Amino acid sequence: MSSPISDFPNPAPVVDAAESSLLRFTTAGSVDDGKSTLIGRLLYDSKSIFEDQLLAVEESSKRRGDAHVNLALLTDGLRAEREQGITIDVAYRYFATPKRKFIIADTPGHIQYTRNMVTGASTADLAIILIDARLGVIEQTMRHTYLASLLRISQIVLAVNKMDLVDFDEDTYTKIVADYMAFAKGLEHTPNIRPIPISALNGDNVVDRSPHTDWYDGPSLLEHLETVQVRAETAADKARFPVQWVIRPISDAEDPKLGNLHDYRGFAGRMASGTFRVGDEVSVLPSGMKTRITGIHTFAGPQEEAIPQLSYSLTVADEIDTSRGGMIVKASEPVHTEQEFDAMICWFSDKKPLKPRSRFHLRHTTNDVRAIVTDVLYKVNISTLEKSQDSQEFALNDIGCVRIRCATPVFFDAYAENRITGSFILVDEQTNNTVAAGMILKSVAEDDFEDAAAAI
Amino acid sequence: MSAITHLQFLESEAIYVLRETAAQFSNPALLFSGGKDSIVMAWMARKAFHPAKMPFKLLHVDTGHNFPEAMTYRDWFVEEIGAQLVVGSVQKSIDDGRVQEEKGPYASRNKLQTVTLLDTVEEHQFDACLGGGRRDEEKARAKERFFSHRDEFGQWDPKNQRPELWNIFNGRKHFGEHFRVFPLSNWTEMDVWQYIRQENIPLPSLYFSHTRRIIERHGQLLDAETGFIPLLDEEKPRVAERVIRFRTVGDATCTGAVASTAATLDEIIAEVAAARQTERGTRADDKRSETAMEDRKKEGYF
Repeated sequence: MSSPISDFPNPAPVVDAAESSLLRFTTAGSVDDGKSTLIGRLLYDSKSIFEDQLLAVEESSKRRGDAHVNLALLTDGLRAEREQGITIDVAYRYFATPKRKFIIADTPGHIQYTRNMVTGASTADLAIILIDARLGVIEQTMRHTYLASLLRISQIVLAVNKMDLVDFDEDTYTKIVADYMAFAKGLEHTPNIRPIPISALNGDNVVDRSPHTDWYDGPSLLEHLETVQVRAETAADKARFPVQWVIRPISDAEDPKLGNLHDYRGFAGRMASGTFRVGDEVSVLPSGMKTRITGIHTFAGPQEEAIPQLSYSLTVADEIDTSRGGMIVKASEPVHTEQEFDAMICWFSDKKPLKPRSRFHLRHTTNDVRAIVTDVLYKVNISTLEKSQDSQEFALNDIGCVRIRCATPVFFDAYAENRITGSFILVDEQTNNTVAAGMILKSVAEDDFEDAAAAI
Repeated sequence: MSAITHLQFLESEAIYVLRETAAQFSNPALLFSGGKDSIVMAWMARKAFHPAKMPFKLLHVDTGHNFPEAMTYRDWFVEEIGAQLVVGSVQKSIDDGRVQEEKGPYASRNKLQTVTLLDTVEEHQFDACLGGGRRDEEKARAKERFFSHRDEFGQWDPKNQRPELWNIFNGRKHFGEHFRVFPLSNWTEMDVWQYIRQENIPLPSLYFSHTRRIIERHGQLLDAETGFIPLLDEEKPRVAERVIRFRTVGDATCTGAVASTAATLDEIIAEVAAARQTERGTRADDKRSETAMEDRKKEGYF
């Protein structure tokens, strides 16, 4: 039994709580491309795998008669997975360095791949796409890249793996990168791409730069993950605050910071994008009435500014009726308030196909409305990227564009502009299962016939 | 614009999930054991609804085999954060004949808790239970959802879970079904400790180094002070005072201690960083088989 990984540092690096940021990434690759080995190495080298876990995996590998320590057993925790040697679902893994905490969404590389990759990619800032240096860019590579771009992942690492098996040949690497770039240019939304030649098995360019690739002057994979800037979020983003819950203390108590609580009415939620400052003029949906922000509260006390991703309770100057499902936006930055829109969806159900005129519960931000898929505009063949109207039905893993009409207006932006206010899920009315993931392209109201025509 | 720290992100995400739970369910409960994860979760629940009180009751499933320090802490904490406490008693389940006590030196009430938990959920008509489970704890938990659906028998079907995308959580259910919700899903043991230090959250003294009468059994350091662990005759002379602390705090019969002199949060953080074993490595309940956690979870365990 040989372990493919080197000794790890002890103690583990402790992430600096005051300085560190968070990076969420997903990994994509086909079977046997070394994905498990790469994740195993990142976890191992950052000392996120413990002795008892490794021991348990070694024992299982022995029992199963595997030739070497099977790192896939670290991530495949469920009984059925261990018995069948498959990965069922997205597994989340964690590691940290002094600079960053990382969350990996690890998705399996075979059946149900699309559904799982879409799920993992929905919360990821970066995708690592693995290529076997011996095989180069294959159909799977293009599918993974298309999905990453569809989900608007802004950063891709093209990890050209198994460089040891091609003698760390620069020409092989350069050709693969050129092939990949040529393909990626054809995408509607090209992410930033960072190619890195690696050997996950031996650790070349994973944590430390490899002595075998003198011709490569870029960062190691981990250096890149620690320093890459994600989310082009800027203060210029439109301010969006979906209301989750209304905080009403129903009390006459005196709060040291807030005064008498009798009239306190706070809109609780998480800043989806942009910023608010006390005094900002805002529109409160669904009514669209204008008012001003009078307080940005947290448990720690009043804040000057609300920033993206953090949770607050907002108070406003006027008594305006809104509750869960409502949204507070900057008055100067209106949001779409409409019942009809076109969206890309990925179908998740293996039990029933999607047919036009089907009804669902649509969940969008904190809103839940009834909705009908009125038309299937086109479907995308994710191997060729061709759009077609041959079929009006979506089976498991199918991706395409549909028109949706909601019973009441929803408050949205295009997904390309805002991943939170542009995304939704469809829930089956009978089973309550989540059956589709959706990304809004645009409202139908502002639509002209151009786009529908172009789709045909 | 300033980037937020990883602890700010994790706290905000947990508050978001706590608020979603309040909004999507009619009668949620927060599972509170007196362990550090449930303490951190309840701490954030107070923040999430401030200045109102949290709209959940705390639910403690009491095995009757508690460390007294954990009980003292529980009662103080519930008072401090102004919450209401419901206790489900495993002793009562035994007395009512709902479950049968295990026998022998390895007897534990850990598995019996599931019945008490499900009975209490039914009695109080809780439709969601917030738990402090984390995905980094155990391999079966790595695939757990934030919103985890349970059928009308309280069972978990790992092969038929709802996919979770972006930050949209689907809590729709049929009558009689309920959910387990895990706001700390994305936290690691280190995150929990760093957050406790950042917030200066008081903890039960069990987490800090102290002297205790201990019996070493199969390499595990088990409590010999509360008397809940039946000792074999040959073990009795081997009971010795040791300087230890607990990495997890649960039922006294299955919570192992670690030899440690770490008496402050900084020392604990240094110790956690240097640890070569997972924290659940000290838990006898997980050692029963390779998929012990998954099997218990399917039946309705925490």
